[in-house]
Amino acid sequence: MSTGAPPLSGPPKPQAKALNCPKCGAAIVLRSFGQAETVVCASCHCILDAKDPNLAILQQFEIETSDIRPLIPLGTRGKLRGTDYEVIGFERRSTQVDGITYCWHEYVLYNPYKGVGYLSEYNGHWNDISICKVLPTVDHNMFGGSSLTANYLGESYKHFQTADANTDFVLGEFPWQVRVGEKAAVTDYVHPPRVLSSEQLDQEVTWSIGEYMYGREIWETFKLPGRPPEAMGVYENQPSAVRTNVTGMWVAFAGFVVFLLALMSGFAMRAKKEPVFHETYRYNRADSKAEASFVTDVFELTGRTSTVEVKTYAPLSNHWIYLNYALINQDTGQAWDFGREVRYYYGYDSDGSWTEGKQNDDVVIPSVPPGHYYLRIEPEADPSLSGIPYTVDVTHDVPVYGIYGIAFLALLVPVIIISFRAYTFERSRWSESDHPPMQLSSSSGDDE
Amino acid sequence: MTQPVSNCPNCGAKIVFRWSSSVQTVCEFCKSILVRTDVDLKKVGQVADLPSDSSPIQINTEGKFGNKAFVVVGRILYEYDQGGWNEWHVMMNDGTSAWLSDAQNEYALSLSSKAQNLPAAAQVHIGQQFIWNNQPYTVSVITPAHYRGVEGELPFQYWDKTDVTFVDLRSESRKFATLDYSDPEPALYLGELVEFDDLKLKNLRSFAGW
Repeated sequence: MSTGAPPLSGPPKPQAKALNCPKCGAAIVLRSFGQAETVVCASCHCILDAKDPNLAILQQFEIETSDIRPLIPLGTRGKLRGTDYEVIGFERRSTQVDGITYCWHEYVLYNPYKGVGYLSEYNGHWNDISICKVLPTVDHNMFGGSSLTANYLGESYKHFQTADANTDFVLGEFPWQVRVGEKAAVTDYVHPPRVLSSEQLDQEVTWSIGEYMYGREIWETFKLPGRPPEAMGVYENQPSAVRTNVTGMWVAFAGFVVFLLALMSGFAMRAKKEPVFHETYRYNRADSKAEASFVTDVFELTGRTSTVEVKTYAPLSNHWIYLNYALINQDTGQAWDFGREVRYYYGYDSDGSWTEGKQNDDVVIPSVPPGHYYLRIEPEADPSLSGIPYTVDVTHDVPVYGIYGIAFLALLVPVIIISFRAYTFERSRWSESDHPPMQLSSSSGDDE
Repeated sequence: MTQPVSNCPNCGAKIVFRWSSSVQTVCEFCKSILVRTDVDLKKVGQVADLPSDSSPIQINTEGKFGNKAFVVVGRILYEYDQGGWNEWHVMMNDGTSAWLSDAQNEYALSLSSKAQNLPAAAQVHIGQQFIWNNQPYTVSVITPAHYRGVEGELPFQYWDKTDVTFVDLRSESRKFATLDYSDPEPALYLGELVEFDDLKLKNLRSFAGW
């Protein structure tokens, strides 16, 4: 430093302050460079005025158990969303709903440049919370009662719960006048993975915005030993286990169905549906002993490789016939074997008239190349039939629909499963809210 | 830009004005409050030591607001019953001046606005709406504060104030307004809440251990 020149370095570099509790003498560290309003002595549970150089005692509180311990020890640092934060305060809060006490924990985080942030933890569910800089707006319902939606930065949040939050236990530094026993009215609105909360204490309303975090992310951030406590149940703003956007998935599914229909009608229009063979034969039991099978005349399939439909009709009444077919390419000898049963029964019983089966049958053989073909037919029939005529029709290039049905089902099934899983997740989320979904009849019946 | 140079009438140290329109400055060495007159600098008071505070901003901190660069040239430190805050006087690179406020690391940048017919302090109440530049603002807080100290260059004389009233008005966006009742004639500032990262601040203060 040059001689005579007054210091140019400005005010001294702020340091974390080490003080002693005026009540019990235990060491107290002020980590937030003067941002704290109150600081709590960890050994005698005095709430002290952090702005007072003598740390005046503001409140002393009793604790029923000594095992309320922050999962992240005070003084721990970690990089949260790109900013280094130090844990400077911890509180346990509770609320009572239908006579049951629910407890959760809040951590005060500090960075000298970014200021204060918060973390909350309930049953292994974490939230990264900051104070809203822009005021949310609340829509009032038509009855003038509690509002069901709040809007923040262009997003709509659904009312989840309104409850009184009691402060039970505090430790470390707080940038506000914290007191044990203080009750605030807390209202949560959710838009997973975010939660918008308003906290009203006397006339002052504070809005905060939280984003869901998993325990393992907190453990990584603060490099904590061991494993985070298991998250229990579904939390109000927990992202759905079904990561898929269900509405979007249905829209995509509808789009796919439209595509299938377009494809189907395109192919149906393009199909020639050309009749290439038509003949009526007669089955006679007497003849069939001698020569079971016979071949038809040759017919020609022209154009591209396509489908061949074989239709069989027989005027059956309470009988069956069975036709063993082979479609044979005269030029190459390639054959397609298939058997078709045609059966038709009808009658009358106590339920009225009934029928079973049909007098006609059709089958489609896919991918038959062009060429000269004939059918080899080997008929069999009901032993009670002495003879019956039957007609065979062959059509070339017919549209097929079955493949579209299979594709439709192959997509519909997972879409329904995912939708159902998403529905059950949302159901367990909202069952903890002020607006539980309608109870299933089985669970509402166990009154006495 | 001119950088008028004078000497402190109290201790003789060199006084440099970095903003040509500055009306008042504080001598870095003897803490005399100096007011510019047509001819020279006049000592009008003395700054008590500023209480230690935890703002990461200091005189000479540089930053950006939108596409304009700025440098911090002065500040007013206020105190109210819940703590204190700083109004940093910043000089933009287009020669205009603005205020960067830091209240517990909540940052906002505002500019003096020439609106007429501002309400008197006694007429303002919480929840009241005002429209300036087609933007509605709602009165959110009325803060009685007191002046704790000044540092560096300011666009007006500000050294003998005691109690002042500020009215904060919020909008549904990041825009906000402040009515300043430091003087008999109310003053309006229109501004915007800004994110620390967006300000791209340089020459910040350092904190032990960080």
